[in-house]
Amino acid sequence: MKKEIINLNNIGKVYSLGQVEVSVLKGINLSITTGEHLSIMGPSGSGKTTMLNILGCLDKPTEGEYLMEEKKISTLSDEELSEIRSRKIGFVFQTFNLIPQLTVLENIGIPLFYQGIDESVIQDKALELAKLVGLAARIKHRPSELSGGERQRVAIARALINQPILILADEPTGNLDSETGKEIMSLLIHLNEEGKTLVVITHDPKIADQSKRIIRILDGKIIDEN
Amino acid sequence: MKINISHILRIIRFGGKNLWLHKLRSFLTMLGIVFGVASVIAMLAIGEGASFEAREKIKELGSNNIIIRSVKPPDANTAQRAMLNVYGLTSSDFRKIESIPSIANIVSTWEAQEEIWYLNKSTPGRIVGATPDYAETTNMRVEKGGRFLNEVDMDRSKSVVVVGSSIKNTLFAGVNPIGKDIKVKSNYFTVIGVVEAKIFSKGTESFAAEDINFDVYLPLSTARGFFGEIILIRNNFWDRTWVEFHRFIVRVEDSNKIVTTSALINKILESTHKKPDFEILVPLELLKQAEHTKKIFSIVLGSIAAISLIVGGIGIMNIMLATVTERTREIGIRRALGAKRRDIIYQFVTEAVILSASGGFVGVILGVIIPKIVSKFAGMATIVTLWSVLLAFFISVAVGLTFGIYPARKAALLDPIEALRYE
Ligand SMILES: Nc1ncnc2c1ncn2[C@@H]1O[C@H](COP(=O)(O)OP(=O)(O)OP(=O)(O)O)[C@@H](O)[C@H]1O
Ligand SMILES: [Mg+2]
Repeated sequence: MKKEIINLNNIGKVYSLGQVEVSVLKGINLSITTGEHLSIMGPSGSGKTTMLNILGCLDKPTEGEYLMEEKKISTLSDEELSEIRSRKIGFVFQTFNLIPQLTVLENIGIPLFYQGIDESVIQDKALELAKLVGLAARIKHRPSELSGGERQRVAIARALINQPILILADEPTGNLDSETGKEIMSLLIHLNEEGKTLVVITHDPKIADQSKRIIRILDGKIIDEN
Repeated sequence: MKINISHILRIIRFGGKNLWLHKLRSFLTMLGIVFGVASVIAMLAIGEGASFEAREKIKELGSNNIIIRSVKPPDANTAQRAMLNVYGLTSSDFRKIESIPSIANIVSTWEAQEEIWYLNKSTPGRIVGATPDYAETTNMRVEKGGRFLNEVDMDRSKSVVVVGSSIKNTLFAGVNPIGKDIKVKSNYFTVIGVVEAKIFSKGTESFAAEDINFDVYLPLSTARGFFGEIILIRNNFWDRTWVEFHRFIVRVEDSNKIVTTSALINKILESTHKKPDFEILVPLELLKQAEHTKKIFSIVLGSIAAISLIVGGIGIMNIMLATVTERTREIGIRRALGAKRRDIIYQFVTEAVILSASGGFVGVILGVIIPKIVSKFAGMATIVTLWSVLLAFFISVAVGLTFGIYPARKAALLDPIEALRYE
């Protein structure tokens, strides 16, 4: 049997807005094994991004236990969480989240920068990944000079540069036409086939169908799994 | 995190880039630091210059000396043509001062401004009729190969002179002046020595500027013999004055007694001189004046510096707070991609320090230029020392650090999720 990379045990997330408490996630139980490709579906506002942020150690659940590689995440310090994000996780955000004043190459290199790696090594690797996502000709450009698809590819390159064991992609094709979307997905699936665990949030059933496992979320609960 | 040079340089480069994106804003933010640092350096340069000047002047005049000068009283009669102005120090004053017990030595001079000639070249200079002990009393040294006036020159009223270094340089370019004859008012004098050059600093306050390198020393007896005691100065008419001695230089052995001795001399002279036709200079007082100047500049420029630096620091803090707000999302992204809190702190503190250090750099340039301008227009000596530049620059960096920490900490403590959601 394959090793379990993620185990969510009765996870809940409550945001308190003054007097009102908003329960965004309720009693989530989920386990993901290494090398798995998982799709998360659900309507807008159902809590998908919130769950992904928890998986990515960016947000902390208000309830339940999260084990990553059998380690309790809730007991870790801010610094240790940063370290996990830096070494193990590749984020592809719903809204690209590139830094506007940096070039494509610099954006791609950020995760390695925070590992304290030498500048020249960062540059080489960033260039390698820019080639991989087909942006070798655009490395000196700023995000504002790129199309949506190109920005998303920069974001993917950035998510891969630290050779993460877990790739978390939040609607990676949401802002793209179907053709570009396909390209991006095949890139991610290729990485999954190389052994990286892949979690993709999507609204598109065609994209979800590319994975063996799909979970559906509604109002912060997993309602269906196949 | 491993700290390496390329990492640090990259933080600095990105910081610089970000500031460059808002050039005007960054420049305006720097101004407070610029003025603060410039003031610190200028203040120290002026203070240093004042005390240097004082030390030089004291060296020139003798630290244990009291100088008594004849001055033309303000009501001296110059309007009437045939009138003879008689004023100043006399031989009776000399004898009275000489008898004060705390005095180790007293020398007297008689002086006149004359044109000094050698062959067909000439320069204005000051004829100083002096006694042999003048050189020792005023710490004057004669260049090798020559000598100062001696008792024999004095007794025989010899026509010999010892010239200042500037006289030598202007009249005797490339020629050894020893043994040559100079001409003053149709009288010839043989040069027997050259005085070693002294640094000429323009006098401050009561110490009038006179460049002793243009002095020509000859025996007091010779001076009287050749030039008489009446000096004719051609103004609109012939102005005739009679001065017996132009200067007494008194040496006091015990420096603790200088002040009391000068007070005593003043009392003695006041009792016989009805007109204010003398002045007493105490070189040691110069130090006090220099300290005073230093203190005034320290207070004035020090306050400007302190205020500028604080205002500059607050400006930097203000801009950094705005920057942190503007770049909240960037902070969230960086945190999501693995930046630790301290990475964010480094990033923003670095920007603050780049701002203040650039301000410091410009301030150093201004701080080096301003004292030069002060020297030129106010005639004050200024000395920019390396350590003052380093100190001022260090202060600017410290201001950046101090005022940059708070905004940077604020940035670092942002919740990554909140920061990422920030619109
Ligand atoms: N910081 C927060 N404070 C308060 N409410 C929040 C916060 N973050 C998320 N929410 C709420 O939690 C719910 C789930 O948000 P989430 O972003 O996870 O939705 P989603 O499933 O990703 O939706 P979409 O498909 O539109 O991206 C939303 O109703 C949102 O308003
Ligand atoms: Mg979402």
